[in-house]
Amino acid sequence: MFKIVNREEMAQGTIILNEIEAPRIARKAKPGQFVIIQSHEKGERIPLTMADVDPDKGTITIIYMVVGKSTASFSKMAVGAEYFAVIGPLGKATHIEKRGKVVCVGGGTGIAVLHPITRALKEVGNHVTTILGSRNKDLLILEDKMKKASDVLHICTDDGSKGHHGFVTDVLKDVLAKDDISLVVAIGPVPMMKFVSSITKEKGVETLVSLNPIMVDGTGMCGGCRVSVGGETKFACVDGPEFDGHKVDYDELSKRLRAYQEDEKKSLEQFEKKA
Amino acid sequence: MAVKEKKQAVPRVKMPEQAPEVRRRNFKEVPLGLTDEMAMTEASRCLQCKKPACVEGCPVSVDIPGFVHLIAEGDFAGAAERLWQKNALPAVCGRVCPQEAQCEGNCILGKKGSSVAIGYLERFAADRAREQGGGALPEVAAKTGKRVAVIGSGPSGLTVAGDLVVKGHDVNIFEAFHKPGGVLVYGIPEFRLPKEIVASEVKTLEKLGAKIELNSVVGTTITIEELFEEGFDAVYVGVGAGLPRFMDLPGENLIGVFSANEYLTRANLMKAYLFPEYDTPIARGKNVVVLGAGNVAMDSARTAMRLGAESVKIVYRRSREEMPARAEELHHAEEEGIEFVLLTNPTQFFGNDEGRLVGMECLKMSLGEPDASGRRRPLPIEGSEYRIDCDLVVVSVGAKANPLLTNSTPGLGLNRWGNIVADPVTGKTTKKGVWAGGDIVTGMATVILAMGAGREAADSIHDYLTRGW
Ligand SMILES: Cc1cc2nc3c(=O)[nH]c(=O)nc-3n(C[C@H](O)[C@H](O)[C@H](O)COP(=O)(O)OP(=O)(O)OC[C@H]3O[C@@H](n4cnc5c(N)ncnc54)[C@H](O)[C@@H]3O)c2cc1C
Ligand SMILES: Cc1cc2nc3c(=O)[nH]c(=O)nc-3n(C[C@H](O)[C@H](O)[C@H](O)COP(=O)(O)OP(=O)(O)OC[C@H]3O[C@@H](n4cnc5c(N)ncnc54)[C@H](O)[C@@H]3O)c2cc1C
Ligand code: SF4
Ligand code: SF4
Ligand code: FES
Ligand SMILES: [Mg+2]
Repeated sequence: MFKIVNREEMAQGTIILNEIEAPRIARKAKPGQFVIIQSHEKGERIPLTMADVDPDKGTITIIYMVVGKSTASFSKMAVGAEYFAVIGPLGKATHIEKRGKVVCVGGGTGIAVLHPITRALKEVGNHVTTILGSRNKDLLILEDKMKKASDVLHICTDDGSKGHHGFVTDVLKDVLAKDDISLVVAIGPVPMMKFVSSITKEKGVETLVSLNPIMVDGTGMCGGCRVSVGGETKFACVDGPEFDGHKVDYDELSKRLRAYQEDEKKSLEQFEKKA
Repeated sequence: MAVKEKKQAVPRVKMPEQAPEVRRRNFKEVPLGLTDEMAMTEASRCLQCKKPACVEGCPVSVDIPGFVHLIAEGDFAGAAERLWQKNALPAVCGRVCPQEAQCEGNCILGKKGSSVAIGYLERFAADRAREQGGGALPEVAAKTGKRVAVIGSGPSGLTVAGDLVVKGHDVNIFEAFHKPGGVLVYGIPEFRLPKEIVASEVKTLEKLGAKIELNSVVGTTITIEELFEEGFDAVYVGVGAGLPRFMDLPGENLIGVFSANEYLTRANLMKAYLFPEYDTPIARGKNVVVLGAGNVAMDSARTAMRLGAESVKIVYRRSREEMPARAEELHHAEEEGIEFVLLTNPTQFFGNDEGRLVGMECLKMSLGEPDASGRRRPLPIEGSEYRIDCDLVVVSVGAKANPLLTNSTPGLGLNRWGNIVADPVTGKTTKKGVWAGGDIVTGMATVILAMGAGREAADSIHDYLTRGW
């Protein structure tokens, strides 16, 4: 079970794609949903979004950035290796409907999360403008796929090595000024989602963001994934992960994401020493 | 009469235990278990009552005089078999049942002196049987060709699975987590219930032919409708009360405020107390406050102590008499240096710039008239606010029904709290072919009640599968 059938490296090996056998999950998964995944019995349970699914083949695809112990140990798993546990599909699926003109904004591995949503939005007849951001051109992922899933694609890099030299928010401002946009979907680092939301709030454009708090079970049973949305506490794993971007308390989320920073460092150091 | 007096003269056995100073920093089981001699002497205290009051106190009517007598005779395997007739998990119940409110609370010897240590004897017989290879497996009836899906592998689901597999049905258990056992593995800590015991019970089930599909969240991975489509003839829902209750106080989302579910799941299921050998981290508080006073609160407080806390306080809004935890847990907690701050209610939490918890505000309470639960209602004393410095708070004020499965199952009747409505005798729900029992029906109760409900439902499911009703 949960065998890796395909593996690719992206963004100079900092981002890894795994296609995994998980027939039951593949049959049910919808854009926006995630799995909880564990590589071995002593491993932690971490959430990763399904970047793609193939119900006929019975596989799901995850794309993750190597940031700490768990993702580093996943990155050592070759084709043929098996994950200990994959649980899902979890979370609410994105509500896909024809809205007219929509903008999809993605940064980092958020682009992987954004891709199935973008594709679905286009499939139902929306005009999709996509804005992708990364630090430099080598770290940009899924450019071709996103191009196919969009009507217009803009790229931004922090160092100007490709596309617009600067942030996604610069381009977003232009797009919002020129066009009558009915929905913005923003998925990426918390600061990016925060800035996008503050721009769209000013313009009164509905905005969906996908939140990534620390999770354990992913089924609403622990409350570890609490986020504040519109002054109310929500469990991101079951009430989300997508929320109204204008109502999210991003500062609280940023802080909560640092809850275990010291332990995470220790864990990674030990792993690297052993390797 | 003379005999009775003589028996009373033998004092109740004292359970050998790890010393409090030692055990408060390790995760090994606290009680060490009785020796053969201790068990036989204790068993011989039983009066073998003709109308045993103890049995009336046991929710599943274990033949207490029967199994106790066999221990007194030295027939430990026989005692275990007698237990299994009514109770599929005696090694568990002997450890976690609130005996003082059930079997032992009713024992006639308790009226004047101290009751027979039924719980200790129950775990003794079950432990001996397990150490000797688990005893003879019950005979499995000829295959009926009927298939039952059991959702949830807590005590309730395990009981249903065991009963039905022995009756010849094909049983598949679907469990959301990566390990079977429910609260027995994710909630109750190792120092109170070694996980090896749960694993051995599960193994027995598998030997009998039950199949367990882990990592299967029914409601999302597969729905109940789809289980019927896949050819299951009946479904039992034993998904527990897996939704944490918070108090909705200012500052509750600070880093350092956890639900007991999260804190204990990290510690037990994910073995975070063995971090970094295990990958899951857990917050190690210096000054810990646990809110609530049930078994869950005691487990959280004692876990925090074992993770190195300097001080651990139980903050509870009522008085000692109302604390719902098992007597033994309260006693053990106190011995381990847990402080009880009673008649006190939290009002808010304070954090620093990084969003980490640094303290909380509490209000002192007094007891007023009895409320609907029959317990005296705690009333706030105005102006009594004061601050407790703390860096870790575990909220253990109860759990609710998790709606994940019930929301995805049309036709399943729920009460206003979201618990499944089931017939109190048969466990039948309002949906044809679906039974339910345990905490998802009653709200958080006890292991033995969850098992009892499972047994009744298994009988009803068997009738349905073999006779059509
Ligand atoms: C719903 C959801 C979907 C996600 N999808 C993706 C994805 O498609 N691709 C991707 O690269 N990342 C995704 N993430 C983030 C991913 O889960 C974390 O990067 C991962 O857990 C890091 O684990 P680690 O042990 O390698 O790193 P660590 O060093 O342990 O952690 C690095 C940082 O990741 C966060 N993190 C740690 N543990 C958890 C946890 N149990 N749950 C959530 N976050 C945690 C913390 O902020 C931490 O500081 C998603 C998160 C959520 C909540
Ligand atoms: C910390 C703690 C300490 C306790 N101490 C005691 C004690 O000392 N004595 C006592 O008698 N009782 C105690 N209890 C209460 C007792 O454990 C419960 O009443 C009992 O476990 C309920 O059994 P259950 O089978 O109904 O559910 P659970 O034990 O909760 O098991 C339910 C199982 O279903 C799984 N599940 C949930 N949703 C799904 C889904 N959608 N699909 C598939 N699987 C699912 C869960 O993962 C879990 O494994 C304690 C509880 C806790 C939390
Ligand atoms: S099952 Fe529980 S209540 Fe019944 S005899 Fe055993 S310990 Fe007592
Ligand atoms: S009530 Fe007490 S003394 Fe009587 S049979 Fe039960 S355990 Fe023995
Ligand atoms: S991850 Fe546990 S409730 Fe969301
Ligand atoms: Mg990690």
